[in-house]
Amino acid sequence: MNKKPNMNMKGGRPKAKKGTLKRVLKFLFKYYKPLLCVVIVCLVISALVNSISSIFTQQFLTLITEGLEIYEANGTANAASVALEAVYPKIVKLVILLMCIYLTGLICNFTWTRIMAKVTQGTLNNMRREMFSKMQTLPIKYFDTHPHGDIMSHYTNDIDTLRQLISQSIPSLISSGIVLLSLICIMLYFSVQLFCVVVVGACLMVFMTRTIGGRSAKYFIRQQKSLGNEEGYIEEMMNGQKVVKVFCHEDACKEDFDKINDQLFHDAREANKFANILGPILGNIGNLLYVLVVFVGGALLLSGNVTNPISGKLLDVTIVATFLNMTRQFCMNVNQASQHVNSIAMALAGASRIFDLLDEEPEQDEGYVTLVNAAYDKAGNLIETKERTNLWAWKHPHKDGTLTYKLLEGDVRMTDVDFGYVPEKTVLHDITLYAEPGQKVAFVGSTGAGKTTITNLINRFYDIADGKVRYDGININKIKKADLRRSLGVVLQDTNLFTGTVMENIRYGRLDATDEEVYVAAQLANAHDFITRLPDGYNTMLTGNGANLSQGQRQLISIARAAVADPPVMILDEATSSIDTRTEALVSQGMDGLMYGRTVFVIAHRLSTVRNSDVIMVLEKGRIIERGSHDKLISEKGKYYQLYTGAFELE
Amino acid sequence: MIGMLKRLSKCIKGYGKETFFSPFFIALEVIIECIIPYVTAELVNYLKNAPVLEMATIAKYGILLVVLAIASLSCGVLSGWFCATASCGFAKNLRHDLYYKVQDYSFANIDKFSTSSLVTRLTTDVTNVQQAFMMLIRIAIRAPFMLIFALVMAFIMGGALACIYVALVPVLGLALFFIARKVMPIFKGAFRKYDTLNESVQENIEGIRVVKSFVREDFETEKFKKASGDLAKDFERAEKILALNNPFMQIAINTSMVCVCLFASHLIISTGGKAFDIGNYSGLLTYGIQILSNCMMLSMVFVTMTMSMESARRIVEVLDEESTIKNPENPVMTVENGDITFENVSFKYSEKAEKNALSDINLRIRSGETIGIIGGTGSSKSSLIQMISRLYDATEGTVKVGGVDVRDYDLETLRNEVAVVLQKNVLFSGTIKENLRWGDPNASDEELVRVCKLACADEFVSQFPNGYDTYIERGGTNVSGGQKQRLCIARALLKKPKILILDDSTSAVDTKTDAMIRRAFREEIPGTTKIIIAQRISSVEDADRIIVLEGGRIDGIGSHAELLGTNAIYREVYESQVKGGSEE
Repeated sequence: MNKKPNMNMKGGRPKAKKGTLKRVLKFLFKYYKPLLCVVIVCLVISALVNSISSIFTQQFLTLITEGLEIYEANGTANAASVALEAVYPKIVKLVILLMCIYLTGLICNFTWTRIMAKVTQGTLNNMRREMFSKMQTLPIKYFDTHPHGDIMSHYTNDIDTLRQLISQSIPSLISSGIVLLSLICIMLYFSVQLFCVVVVGACLMVFMTRTIGGRSAKYFIRQQKSLGNEEGYIEEMMNGQKVVKVFCHEDACKEDFDKINDQLFHDAREANKFANILGPILGNIGNLLYVLVVFVGGALLLSGNVTNPISGKLLDVTIVATFLNMTRQFCMNVNQASQHVNSIAMALAGASRIFDLLDEEPEQDEGYVTLVNAAYDKAGNLIETKERTNLWAWKHPHKDGTLTYKLLEGDVRMTDVDFGYVPEKTVLHDITLYAEPGQKVAFVGSTGAGKTTITNLINRFYDIADGKVRYDGININKIKKADLRRSLGVVLQDTNLFTGTVMENIRYGRLDATDEEVYVAAQLANAHDFITRLPDGYNTMLTGNGANLSQGQRQLISIARAAVADPPVMILDEATSSIDTRTEALVSQGMDGLMYGRTVFVIAHRLSTVRNSDVIMVLEKGRIIERGSHDKLISEKGKYYQLYTGAFELE
Repeated sequence: MIGMLKRLSKCIKGYGKETFFSPFFIALEVIIECIIPYVTAELVNYLKNAPVLEMATIAKYGILLVVLAIASLSCGVLSGWFCATASCGFAKNLRHDLYYKVQDYSFANIDKFSTSSLVTRLTTDVTNVQQAFMMLIRIAIRAPFMLIFALVMAFIMGGALACIYVALVPVLGLALFFIARKVMPIFKGAFRKYDTLNESVQENIEGIRVVKSFVREDFETEKFKKASGDLAKDFERAEKILALNNPFMQIAINTSMVCVCLFASHLIISTGGKAFDIGNYSGLLTYGIQILSNCMMLSMVFVTMTMSMESARRIVEVLDEESTIKNPENPVMTVENGDITFENVSFKYSEKAEKNALSDINLRIRSGETIGIIGGTGSSKSSLIQMISRLYDATEGTVKVGGVDVRDYDLETLRNEVAVVLQKNVLFSGTIKENLRWGDPNASDEELVRVCKLACADEFVSQFPNGYDTYIERGGTNVSGGQKQRLCIARALLKKPKILILDDSTSAVDTKTDAMIRRAFREEIPGTTKIIIAQRISSVEDADRIIVLEGGRIDGIGSHAELLGTNAIYREVYESQVKGGSEE
């Protein structure tokens, strides 16, 4: 389930839902409307400036030709100064105008690039934040049904493609589009005939992009597949590296690896070959086009007196020379745009996946009963208090407007519960159970028998039909999820610690716990000893889910974390499975002290963990097959007895 | 730095030709590409100045240009092909060298790097370096070549006017360089933060049950928002500086345009178009754009190179790591028997560790004995047995097997005779048969069934629809924990070792099957020394001797009955398991 992120996302041909681009733009504009308007104006202006310089080139050339004609017509010794006097002031004037235009373009360019830096990062930040806060509201089901690597890739791959889209592709496409458009206009103004030549070249370029691009895409998909294959292999072998050593299997592993590595090499080479040749091919089509323009231009000049049917302009050498530069510019922009097509498709696919996450149904919560600290007033009535009193009450507003307080006792009842994660497969059948306040209730059974599922229903990670689970007599669907969960301390088998100090990790249970309270909780969990022996004691940084601790130590910390929360009801799901039996005995003494008079649910594999429970439920295939105290179950000589005497394997 | 590049350049091996030809053709392409505008300029001048235009001359120019374009295209394509082969080959060699190196690593080396970091180095880091290599043999050659040739052509064509570019290039280059210099550390820091942010998202996803159980959704969201906002600020700062590239480039191009316009038009007119002509003029502009845009390319190359340095460093770190355990010069090739001796052995996991994991271990185990080891979490039970097959070397003292120091044996011989079933054991994707044959590649099918029967694995394997050909998924997810452990034991048995070590290898197996496996050991392989580490007293109580470890020292050795009488720890463990909990 917890595979490395992003492997499978790259494999298929990226596809985006319809309307994704619109939604991305909408998202952009939602936060940065005024700034984006400025950006667009600046973009348009600087693109226009870029293309307009061709007109200037033509003007300069005309002036120069004019000057040359004067020079030749004069023929005297001071022809040069005469000619210069005649045209140079005009040239200088033109240059000054050009400089002004350039300056405008420059200011626009400077403005939009800087604004886009802010908009890009701001938008990515907003996107990340929206994704994360949305993700926090999603039900556990979402996390159980989506590979974690896939969820992760929203934050890495998909956001990265979006960055590319916003910061580069969109501006570049807008700018290329405007430049191309204005170039077309100028070209049409100068010479329709030569423009036709350029169009032929452009079509060829688009065609080449499609064929070679398609070829390269095919191999890139293969490359992604082999890459994923190789990464998977590496991950598997690195994880089993110690086993490899123990079996002296190194040579065989090398052989296998070489095969996979060669396959990747082959696919990567093909993919890169096609990708690498697209650039030179497009570039040289540009060159050929350039030659063609010269040629056709020359031929047209030769035939003489060719006028433009649109503008009526007479084709002359200045126009041909300008056209050459425009051809180059045109090709460069087509080339640029063609490079962005791929990244836009990728980005839209990424964005569409992000929107899928944002569109997920959040966890539903219609609960209105809340949990409050409580105390008895002098008359013996429950009242709500602000401070912690070690007494809790359910605050229950009724339809008629009255408000009642009900003491939290930890009485949990399930009646006739059937449940399945998917409709086709029921995993719990007919479960009826009751945990009276202060009882320790244990669940025993094989993996898949449904032990954890029961606890999933108690804390409403999964929901079932109304009224089947009652907590202190209240239908748990009426209890606000946050308050329900706050009343339940949960320690899970898979310990999850967060990056931070040991202190912060324990305090996660109750954010306002003092240092002393953390120490006490750690002592209860029998974790204090080893924590003080860590390099920095309670301030030791934990990273990578506490990679520097043993599994047993991690479990002790997570028990301390639950202990500091000091919850009215506790669920221990295989919480001590990796702790040796001696330490476990100490931990359970501590926990029993803490939870004295409160309800505890225990799930365990090891029977010594559950032996002193008030009630033990033996589950098999989603049904409770035996229930009773240890002694009672032993005397019944049923499944529990078999388990206890070691005649049966629990898995 | 030099050493690093030297090490990396070794990986070009086998692709030297391609690595050479890629820049070679790129250089050719550049030269041709620079000639094209020159010829075009000639043609334009001809069109303009020739008194009578001759079709033949125009055709000559035309054909020359087409030939040049085709030549340039061929060079470009060839270079692209060579580059693809060279860079992919380079990456292949790099991965190959890394993987082979890791195969030679000892346990201590693997611990030092950690599995996940090794995976990243073999995947992401290699990809980064491959990208940089690709850039190095194409763009990093192309850009300066282009710059130089275009500059030369600009001089040929524009004479003194090309000095404009000579003046502009260093100014632009410096500006771009300083931007890159300024931006890089910010980016580096930001990317590190980005990784941390993503790690914390990963943590959140993995631990979502904890988050929801403690109702910490808002807390987590706030934490994330702050971190994400911080990150965005850093990236924004970097990108704003980087965004200056664009206007700087613009300034350079604009300045060159303006200067060329002013000076060139003056020159053309004042010489009557003799020294300089319209063709030269437009050629000069073309070269100008080429020169300046290649400055930009160079700055990009610079940024990419510097960014991939970190990856390169991480790769070379793995390649340069010396295995801490090596085969001796004249190794002993046979193991006489299954005797094991520990003489004053102490052990710590790294030189820096303050505390010894094991201290003053003295122990003699006779061939064929069954030894149980018991001790709490962190009592170094696994460390003790890992020294027998030299998975780690003792820090002080000697460990002997069959009367010979383990450091004198050929590693493969030793490890084949000392089979260890690790606590954190793994099955690999493949059929059960394939997995078992890790123990002995030549084992017959009957042999497989025999060891599986010994390990009580045959009973469930033969129940599978595909029996021994059942495919084990990656990570062994389609067999239960107990089944996996039994298969791992069978795999080790197939080696027919003189010493068999089970490191908590039956913890998920029920006590009855556990007992059956032990009985099979006793009856079927009596000559093999067996060492069994366990949490359960029942797994070790019938051993010849039981060692009680506490805090890395031997707290007691003896039979079950002896220890119950003399050893407090053993008695406590026994009581916690057998006699029941707190009510007694």
